[in-house]
Amino acid sequence: MDNSRSNSFLRSREGVLTVAALAVLLAAPLVAQAAGQTYFISLASRVAILALAGVGLNLALGTGGMISFGHAAFFGLGGYVAGAMVFHAQEGGRFLGLLEGTQQALVSWPLALGIAGIAALFIGVISLRTSGVYFIMITLAFAQMFYYLGLSFPTYGGEDGMTLYERSTLGGLSVSGDLPFFFVCFGALLLALLLCSRLISSRFGAALMTARQNETRLATVGINPFPVRLTGFVISAMITALAGVLLVEQNGFASPSLLSWHRSGEIMIFVILGGVGRLIGPVLGAAVFILLETVIGGYTDRWQLVLGLVLLGIVLFARGGLVGLLAGRARHD
Amino acid sequence: MSAAFLLEQLLNGVQFGVMLFLMSAGLTLVFGVMGLINLAHGSLYMVGAFVCAWVAGATGSFWLGLPAGLIAAAAAGAAVEVLVMRRLYDRDHLDQVLATFSLILIFSEGTRWIFGNQPLYLNIPPLLSGVIPLPGDGGYPLYRVAIIAVGIVVAIGLYLLISRTRLGMQIRAGEADREMIGALGVDIKTLYTVVFALGAMLAGAAGALVGALQSVQVGMGESVLILAFVVIVIGGIGSIKGALVAALLVGLVDTLGRAFLPRLLTLVMPASDAGTTGSALASMAIYLVMAAILAWRPKGLFPAHG
Repeated sequence: MDNSRSNSFLRSREGVLTVAALAVLLAAPLVAQAAGQTYFISLASRVAILALAGVGLNLALGTGGMISFGHAAFFGLGGYVAGAMVFHAQEGGRFLGLLEGTQQALVSWPLALGIAGIAALFIGVISLRTSGVYFIMITLAFAQMFYYLGLSFPTYGGEDGMTLYERSTLGGLSVSGDLPFFFVCFGALLLALLLCSRLISSRFGAALMTARQNETRLATVGINPFPVRLTGFVISAMITALAGVLLVEQNGFASPSLLSWHRSGEIMIFVILGGVGRLIGPVLGAAVFILLETVIGGYTDRWQLVLGLVLLGIVLFARGGLVGLLAGRARHD
Repeated sequence: MSAAFLLEQLLNGVQFGVMLFLMSAGLTLVFGVMGLINLAHGSLYMVGAFVCAWVAGATGSFWLGLPAGLIAAAAAGAAVEVLVMRRLYDRDHLDQVLATFSLILIFSEGTRWIFGNQPLYLNIPPLLSGVIPLPGDGGYPLYRVAIIAVGIVVAIGLYLLISRTRLGMQIRAGEADREMIGALGVDIKTLYTVVFALGAMLAGAAGALVGALQSVQVGMGESVLILAFVVIVIGGIGSIKGALVAALLVGLVDTLGRAFLPRLLTLVMPASDAGTTGSALASMAIYLVMAAILAWRPKGLFPAHG
């Protein structure tokens, strides 16, 4: 992105909204720390992590038009691999019989992303043969396979999941405290947002968007849509996998629920709620979803009912998601 | 392993397939005619089961509960169509996913509110509680045979409805070109409501019938919903025939996988692991079948439109 374009984005309403949303997310745990409300720090970490998962999906779904209902596969796979490395470091044994465990995040996290990327390559090659609703369902099918694989892996606790007693260390840094861990999550989110904004304004991004809008046109200018989509799908999966890694590190727990179709649905909700294809959309979507869950849950046990009604109201009456509501419709839709 | 056991598992597979067909027939109709992804279809299944179990519990008669369940599911379907779905037809699939996901939350929590957290139980009616003898030494529950019979009747009925009646003609025309049949004077709003209520009633029937085989609880619709989506995608979206074939395929693969994979695996691994690994592999089997079929025929077995 050259300077004049990035300046014009930052001066647009969407740009102001983006900066403001990130500033609030960054400030919230600092205020919470000062006020002694440490619970809100881990809540903010959760928002950042789930927003990161949404940012990943948004690249495939919003930019590339690939409606994946199976991103939980990558989310969970990332989480499980990172969790397994810590698990083996604590309990002995080797990951897949090959690798010794480690609590060094600089080793285990890239490994998790790499494995998720390979899985995405494999799933993408098959799934991208289909389109429309069939694509939605075949990605769901692959995610369900990973879910049942997770259920049947006795080494990693099967249905009960596995508990990890310590977080990984990042280089020489300990991130066991709530605030340092939040900064790691926030940093990861920021990096992913920068990566996505660079990608979107690159030649590759233009090709990916054209693959969504008009496949024939892309083929006519001499670009085969398939490898473009596949690359987008893999990058998207790896970003979501990083979110899975962070969630497992935060909770110290990995279970098949990471891989369930509810998770895929939830990540998709963040993207749609925030505004499909809008850079900051998933961040707003995840933040609003988790806030609603927490706030309504504080008043009534029937929070799911209220949450359902609120979400229904948003989808029926606020088209274009929250970003659409706050910053106007996207220019090219 | 006896022949009777094999026959019993085959019948179980067919019965499960029939139940999936009742679920997916409505889903594929709604999809084919209105182009709507309805994640809340499982909630209508749940409504059918809960109302049937509650009415049967209050009156002591399954035969009052069953129609009550069907009517309640159809009414809930019609209400949802008029209040929500009608606004979603011209939206993209994503908005439909979010809206119907919200409906799942509303239905699940609403049901918990009305009926409480405890599961309800529904007894098999005395008339159908017998056992049919199988060749060899086994027997097979009459109730499950009755479910299979209901499935066959519904399949034939739907075929006649769609190919022989005026309503069926309008449904087929609606799939082909909704604006044109509107221009020809068909009241398309009412048609959509009727189709949606019909699909909801079939889902409610599946729920009510299955309610006597397992406990009736919140969330029961969700695993079935995913399987129903698998069915309509394998069968080809919008095709009732495809839904029937795919439902039987999925029902048989799933049931036979669960019955025989753990046994087969004991040949290659210790029995303690074979059980869990086998049942997990069996759960994966239908998704493997689906991925293979879609990789081979990206629009399902019986694509409705070309």
